[in-house]
Amino acid sequence: MKNILKSTIAASALLAAAGAAQAEGKLAIYHWFEYIPQELLDKFAAEHDVEIVMDTYDSNEALLASLKAGAMGTYDVAVPGDYMVKIMAGEGLLDTIGEGELSNKGNIAPKWADPAFDPGRRHSIPYQWGSTSFMVNRDVYQGDINTTDILFNPPAELSGKINMLDSQGEVLAMASLHMGIPQCSTDREQLKALNDMLQEAKQHWASFNSDTAKEVLVSGDVAVGQIYDGFGAKARAEGANVEYAFPTQGYVVWMDNVVLLKDAPNRENALKFMDFLLEPENIAAVSNYARYGAGVTGAGEHMDPELATQPESNPPETAGAGVFIEVCDQQTQEVYDRIWTALKK
Amino acid sequence: MSRARFDVKSYPGFVQLTVLCLLILYLPLMVVAVYSFNASASIVNWEGFSLRWYADVFTGPESAKFKLAARNSFIIAITAATVATAIATLAATAMIRGGRFRLRVLSLGLISLPLMVPEIVTAVATLIFFNTIGFERGTLTILLAHIAFCIPFAYLPISARMQGIEDTYEQAALDLYATKRQAFTRVLLPLMMPGIVSGYLLAFIISLDDFIITNFVKGAGVETLPTAIFGAVKQGLKPNIMAISTMLVGFSIIMVTVSYFVGKKDN
Amino acid sequence: MAGGAAGGGGTQGDTYKEARTWLLLPTWVTLSILVLVPVLLMLVYSFLTKEFRGGVIWEFTFAAYDQFFCDRGLFGDEPCSIEWTYLNIFWRSIWQAGLATILSLVIGFPTAYFIATRPARVRPLWVFLITIPYWVNLLIRTVSMRFMLREEGPLNNFLVWSGIADAPLQMINTNFAVQIGLFYSYLPFMVLPIYAAVERYNFSLSEAAADLYASKWTTLRRIVLPAVRPGVIAGCILVFVPSLGAFLAPDLLGGAKNFMIGSLIEEQFKGNAGNWPFGAAASMILLSMVLVILMIYARQQARAGGEER
Repeated sequence: MKNILKSTIAASALLAAAGAAQAEGKLAIYHWFEYIPQELLDKFAAEHDVEIVMDTYDSNEALLASLKAGAMGTYDVAVPGDYMVKIMAGEGLLDTIGEGELSNKGNIAPKWADPAFDPGRRHSIPYQWGSTSFMVNRDVYQGDINTTDILFNPPAELSGKINMLDSQGEVLAMASLHMGIPQCSTDREQLKALNDMLQEAKQHWASFNSDTAKEVLVSGDVAVGQIYDGFGAKARAEGANVEYAFPTQGYVVWMDNVVLLKDAPNRENALKFMDFLLEPENIAAVSNYARYGAGVTGAGEHMDPELATQPESNPPETAGAGVFIEVCDQQTQEVYDRIWTALKK
Repeated sequence: MSRARFDVKSYPGFVQLTVLCLLILYLPLMVVAVYSFNASASIVNWEGFSLRWYADVFTGPESAKFKLAARNSFIIAITAATVATAIATLAATAMIRGGRFRLRVLSLGLISLPLMVPEIVTAVATLIFFNTIGFERGTLTILLAHIAFCIPFAYLPISARMQGIEDTYEQAALDLYATKRQAFTRVLLPLMMPGIVSGYLLAFIISLDDFIITNFVKGAGVETLPTAIFGAVKQGLKPNIMAISTMLVGFSIIMVTVSYFVGKKDN
Repeated sequence: MAGGAAGGGGTQGDTYKEARTWLLLPTWVTLSILVLVPVLLMLVYSFLTKEFRGGVIWEFTFAAYDQFFCDRGLFGDEPCSIEWTYLNIFWRSIWQAGLATILSLVIGFPTAYFIATRPARVRPLWVFLITIPYWVNLLIRTVSMRFMLREEGPLNNFLVWSGIADAPLQMINTNFAVQIGLFYSYLPFMVLPIYAAVERYNFSLSEAAADLYASKWTTLRRIVLPAVRPGVIAGCILVFVPSLGAFLAPDLLGGAKNFMIGSLIEEQFKGNAGNWPFGAAASMILLSMVLVILMIYARQQARAGGEER
């Protein structure tokens, strides 16, 4: 009994010590999985003498759900995609970056300095941008892959071997492109047709998974996988004979952004981190790791030259338009939520 | 026995099914253990024996994360098991040595509650609770949740043991003018030690293994071993995860073996 | 794990009668605050209004239960017809858990019987052998199973190598994988209670039956099974109940495609859906189902106990 008592006291002391050690110079990041090199985090930690803790999520919706489930006030920064920045700002989850609070704000590439989802970059800075489409294993299928039929009306040899991202926004936007209808349609016939089409397409899908999107392609568990371009480039680099498709119907483009969360416990460090990521050299390190584009002037010089030429970043002539995911109003969104639930039941 | 026309105790096929049962239970664990010694970075091909993934767990790029997670797990498990065992010991004393009383059945129900409520429901309820009272999620929320569901696991072996000890020992002590407190600490508690140790180990393992509830109530950046493993596994099974798993399997087996022999010595 | 786990438990004296309130106080306080109150709070939440995109508004409504049971069309404006989506998820969970239970019984009963008929000296060793895997983290066991069932995994390699199958079978991401996973997760829960019952069984009954020219299998069916029935029922409940709310097996082995109750609930809090009242309502419905099963069980036990006396 005495020993047990002793170990408890020791454990409580450790626990208290752990709490104390984290109290000063901390930065809590809420981030996508497998999307930032550890060396870069170490570099920031060393430069500014802060301890970094990081949690990961696997979809924009999961990020929002978790923040609203009481995680506000525990994280300093998060990395939502374009449309989610708009939603989070609307929900009052973001803090405003004051004038002059970011010394490197001028480094933001002009193209990304005033985006529709965050006019004037009041809450966010660019992180990475890229596209979402899908990859096909060329050992299994040799035909034309630049069509959304591969996902929603696949040829027999691909049926049952398709992994979709577990992300409502990406799946439904792609489905809308396939049908040629707007993303926030209020037309009942269109919505019904979309629902029917997805129910039919579901028969051909093996799984919904975002974080294993690369693994299932590399291991050959599936032959088609919806995937982000850079994640796909990594799958190819790991030896899978897979090709990234640019459907003629169009594909999804996105930009992830580092946002300053409201009630950030370490606001100062969060701003330092944002400034850090606006240094061309640092954000280029992210691009070199994650294989996506950066939104910072001068980052190109520090990037791996292969990045510019990788097939996943260079749409062919035939490619349809890249579209951002749109934010629907509540009533419309609830219909899309029902379609998604029915799809995943 | 020999007068029966056949051996009533054996049925054809039962031995084979028992072997099958053990195969099913052990084969996946053994395969993972074997592959944890694979020299290849791929989990598909076997490229010879190597300890590199065990080295990777301790020195590799993810080692800091796993070390921290392991430390959290052990601190939480030790603390939760200790508190739960203390609470359960007191409760068992009241339940077994307290005579019959009106609230007894209700108390028994309360103690079994964490066992009856499905884990996912407990997880949701706890999350809602912490969220409503505005309790910031972190290590402490995990600890509190773990203490709650460890209590019945600690209680089971302790109460079973106490039922097996006749109260004549304490009565004798009391007859010799020991106070009730002395009878408890000097007589009952030492007799109960095997039960308390089993209860403690049971609670410890249960806490160490918990994933679902921890995943719901953990705070920013606080990982325990199961949540860290889950996060890593979601992105694909890597050999270093197999090495960690094999080490945890080994650790669990040692723990159970110890508790088995503590119990056996007692019999 | 469930039900009679904490047992009726007899008393053994009343030495600490005066102190019992104080002795029980920590238990009452801890479990009331950390389990009872949260479950009641969850009940309250299931009647609250959901906030768009996660969270709740404190206004009373039946909306969550309405969503569960009523299909009001894609646009939410039709009259209520039965909503099959969630009933199907519950039905699928019951079915999956049921199959896993039957599978466990088919393998677990003979195993338990075999162990209980070993010499008393080696029996604890066998029991020990069965329990060890249970002490290995469920997550790790599920991951191991996922590894086993992969398309190019050891099981498929073996099947192809031995000629049992011509080509690798699609096992991962199927209902079959989920059943196997559940079965594998809770198999020891089936073996142990049955073992305990068979061990107490008086084998002279079997001998008597044999003397009366009952065949081996008739003896098993008519004499042994009724005698060990409480153990079998306990085993089935111990496998069925946790399988019902399982989350890891459907997520890791079923490809998160065919939802079970556990994944449905998780999705409301951590995933895309963000509908707390609905998640609370689904949890309440699951909890009620489990409590009903346990109550039927408790009543059966009480009746069986009555008969014995």
